[in-house]
Amino acid sequence: MAETAGTLPKPLGGRTRTLAWLQRYGVYASVLALLLFNVAFTPHFLEVANFRTQLIQVAPIVIVSLGMALVIGTEGIDLSVGSVMALSSAMVVLYLGYGAPVAIVAALVAGAAVGAGGGALVAYAGVQPIVATLALLVGIRGLANVLVPQLTEFRNPALITLGSRSVLGLPLVVIIAAVLTAVVAFLVKRTIFGRQLVAVGGNRAAAKLSGLPVRRILVAVYVLSGLLAAVAGVLATARLQASDPTSLGLLMELSAITAVVVGGTPLTGGRVRVLGTVMGALLIQLLQATLIKHNLPQSWTQMVQAVIILAAVYAARGRKK
Amino acid sequence: MSDGTAPVLEARGISKGFPGVLALDGVSFRLAAGEVHALVGENGAGKSTLIKVLTGVHQPDRGELRLHGGPVSFGTPLDAQRAGISTIYQEVNLVPQMSVAHNLLLGREPRGRLGVIDTGQLYTQARRVMSRYGIQTDVRRPLRSLGMGAQQMVALARAVSIDARVVIMDEPTSALEPREVDTLFGVIGDLRAGGISVVYVSHRLEELYRICDQVTVLRDGRVAHTGPLAGLERVKLIALMLGRDTADVRLRGQTEFAGRHTAKNGQPVVEARALSRRHQLHDVSIRVRPGEVVGLGGLLGAGRSETAKAIAGALPFDGGAVVVAGHALRKGSPAAAIRAGASLLPEDRKAEGIVPTMSVRDNIALAALPRLSRAGIVSEARVDRVVQTLMKRLRIKATSPHQKVSELSGGNQQKVLLARSLATGAKVLLLDEPTRGIDVGAKAEVQALIDELAAEGLGVLLISSDLEELVEGSDRVVVLRDGAVVGELSGDEVTEEAIMRAIADGGGVDG
Repeated sequence: MAETAGTLPKPLGGRTRTLAWLQRYGVYASVLALLLFNVAFTPHFLEVANFRTQLIQVAPIVIVSLGMALVIGTEGIDLSVGSVMALSSAMVVLYLGYGAPVAIVAALVAGAAVGAGGGALVAYAGVQPIVATLALLVGIRGLANVLVPQLTEFRNPALITLGSRSVLGLPLVVIIAAVLTAVVAFLVKRTIFGRQLVAVGGNRAAAKLSGLPVRRILVAVYVLSGLLAAVAGVLATARLQASDPTSLGLLMELSAITAVVVGGTPLTGGRVRVLGTVMGALLIQLLQATLIKHNLPQSWTQMVQAVIILAAVYAARGRKK
Repeated sequence: MSDGTAPVLEARGISKGFPGVLALDGVSFRLAAGEVHALVGENGAGKSTLIKVLTGVHQPDRGELRLHGGPVSFGTPLDAQRAGISTIYQEVNLVPQMSVAHNLLLGREPRGRLGVIDTGQLYTQARRVMSRYGIQTDVRRPLRSLGMGAQQMVALARAVSIDARVVIMDEPTSALEPREVDTLFGVIGDLRAGGISVVYVSHRLEELYRICDQVTVLRDGRVAHTGPLAGLERVKLIALMLGRDTADVRLRGQTEFAGRHTAKNGQPVVEARALSRRHQLHDVSIRVRPGEVVGLGGLLGAGRSETAKAIAGALPFDGGAVVVAGHALRKGSPAAAIRAGASLLPEDRKAEGIVPTMSVRDNIALAALPRLSRAGIVSEARVDRVVQTLMKRLRIKATSPHQKVSELSGGNQQKVLLARSLATGAKVLLLDEPTRGIDVGAKAEVQALIDELAAEGLGVLLISSDLEELVEGSDRVVVLRDGAVVGELSGDEVTEEAIMRAIADGGGVDG
């Protein structure tokens, strides 16, 4: 019979090892480098107020990226997150008449429902994730605009508190992002669901043969992504004290995907790096802040961001060979 | 058809290697005009590589191709097609959304003024071609609305109508109804009469003997036999394919299998009753008792893997039932099969087995997670205990349980998968080619493990293309052919020769 000899694992070459290290820890090194640069060259960088601003601004990106990391872990992608933020924002003002809790629940339910729709398309209809969620990106943004056609301000004290209150000196928004990070990290590391979603991304056929509920896992992952995007939408709305479905969350999917990929989660799935994702979001935020503080226009941020994405993808690709 | 005829297509001393394997090693092949030539061999024999060389997909490392007596070389599949060599693949490679007529004349559409396709002319020409092959169909219909058989016929008609001199058919009947097979064979007969040569790849012996004039058997990248098919005994053909000489069966004791197990009496731990699946399985019934190793014999494509997958819930079946440890299983649910105690070790370790991004530990625990957790939270201590026990028990060589599984050797990866099955608390193991592609040492270890596990009371269904392994490892052997059980051997009847005879005669041997 034809027998191919069992191939022995090749020792990692120097280049491969460097790339592996870069993929895993590159984001931490970059964040650290940027921090040091700012400490040295940016006036007022070390002030508390500045840190507060940075953290408040990054919180929604972190929350959305957590969901995105789970989806990408299953070898999927969720382009609808920005539009889900807009929809949840619209739901908030629509239901604010019933009080803030009802409005928030309505927003979260809407986000989860969009996720369930996307997940069902992917898991049961076999639509490619990029196509299914692209349709949602367009459609849900439209729906949000229909529900709330123009910028609508509100004066609900409870909701405004959510956006601006601090506990023990930390903004509530930041605390929520931190708690959600911990929850998602726990989900990935310690629960059956976490192990299974990684397996689905790593080898779907093997997952199926091992009796994993592959379809249910996929739907759940998109529901979580929708839910987290809705949370980010609610927080951003509370912060703005207004709902603006036309522009809220615009291009958020790109920031989130960047954060995830730069954080060391491969687009090919099979691995989820939660802390890396948070670092990825911080990196984008810091980069933006640095360039702005040094009077470089927004367009520069975008170009630098592009370089970082390419570097991250290169590190991931180089490793695979 | 006779040897005196100059070959239309000839391959001389073709070698082709890929990293790590020599797929073809000095293969010569002669195809005469108007001959239907069977090309057979088991997995990895080199059939598909040879076809790819003949059709310009691969370039040979050594050797030459000759067409109509002169040397040729095909840089691309298009070159081969232009030279008159057409291939019809299993999955019909046409454009399903387009009409039958468009497919037939793709790239050669009749043009009217301004270079626009003359649709009327297109349909007329297409109708003419189709009627020549006795196919009654509306040529304006999209191709995908036709049955598989008719689609195949369109592919064939297209191949021939572009002046093919050689048509290569790879498993053309695998998705056809018997009636469609008859039509196909009628067309092949016409081709032969018209001087067109056919290379016919199939595992179905009946078909080979019905339609083919010559046969070439490939094995391990070499030609094991070539000559006229008529007069070649079936059992001899099978022996050639499997690499066993009927007169020269080696002595026992080449494998690590110790011998017979004492099957515990009583209820079978797994029972498949009359499993049927369109084109693949026909009334396959198998029972395995605790402590018993039941081998599944047969050639490639006989339905062995399909049987194992159907039992494991990984392949839906149309009829029949699977009972594992007294539980009737829901169709197509691997989870239900695993819960009941049946676990499959898949044939394709890489594609369906290991999760390369995960550690050895997580790979072992994967299927057993529900057993190793409470309220959805994985108990790391229990996972560690199970993983540690199994790694030791199966002698899995890894630097630590946290090493990535993709860094292990093939044999150790296989053991990891075996450990995954055992971690689920399996009562019956469905092992599909458990020792293929792993080195000699690991092979012996896996064989010894199978023995041990059976001795401990597990039921084992063993699929192996290695006849020796099958004979020495199994207490009983069920022989499949074309998706049906054609023989059952037990005790001293289990010999290589008896298995080959059962494959050849189909029911001539009774158990």
